[in-house]
Amino acid sequence: MSSQGIAQAKAWYWQRISAMVLALFVIVHLVIMIIAIRDGLTAAEIFSRTKGNLAFGIFYALFVLACAVHVPIGIAKISEEWLGLSAAASSLLAKALALIIVVLGLTAVWGVI
Amino acid sequence: MRAAPRRSGRAQSIAYWAFVVHRVSGLVLALFLPIHFLLLSQAIRGEAALDNALALTELPLVKFAEWGLVVLLTLHLVGGIRLILIEFGPWRGQRSGWITASVFVAAGTGFLFLYNMLVTV
Repeated sequence: MSSQGIAQAKAWYWQRISAMVLALFVIVHLVIMIIAIRDGLTAAEIFSRTKGNLAFGIFYALFVLACAVHVPIGIAKISEEWLGLSAAASSLLAKALALIIVVLGLTAVWGVI
Repeated sequence: MRAAPRRSGRAQSIAYWAFVVHRVSGLVLALFLPIHFLLLSQAIRGEAALDNALALTELPLVKFAEWGLVVLLTLHLVGGIRLILIEFGPWRGQRSGWITASVFVAAGTGFLFLYNMLVTV
């Protein structure tokens, strides 16, 4: 198999593994959102649920990391197929997006716990 | 990521639309994610800073977008579970029932989210 073929197989594998993990995270997140939105979207409401809540922090930190695996792989594929980017360019875009998701996502989690 | 199903025949046509919905919902969610995190990361500067950022969510258009994102997230979730079942499970075929289920479950979460959002206004 070519090195590009191996890279594609790895991307396929990682996207499916992250998808299985994300399915569980997303179900919990949807339930939390539907319940939390009842009290309106304010900093006080968010902090009342999250401040000092270590379980919440670990849950959402892992959620962010799973997103950082799953989302860039999908975007790389779309940018290749729909925008006509080269494999190298879409890979670079994916890495940049992964970095943005990790940094902004973990900052957000750190901020609310 | 899966290649697009062929566009011929009714079942394949439904599978093609499921592919389009999965891809477009994934793309929109991916574009939203950095904005979502940027907004919530204002929490690091304190409660007032986060409230300042959250003021954006009072706009009716943003509320509509939040509802749309909940619907898209549910479509992507159930559609994604369908793909995993096809690829890893002992199932064969298009699993059209899961496509129908994704629409109904998304309508359900969308309704619950909208109802809970509006009863607070």
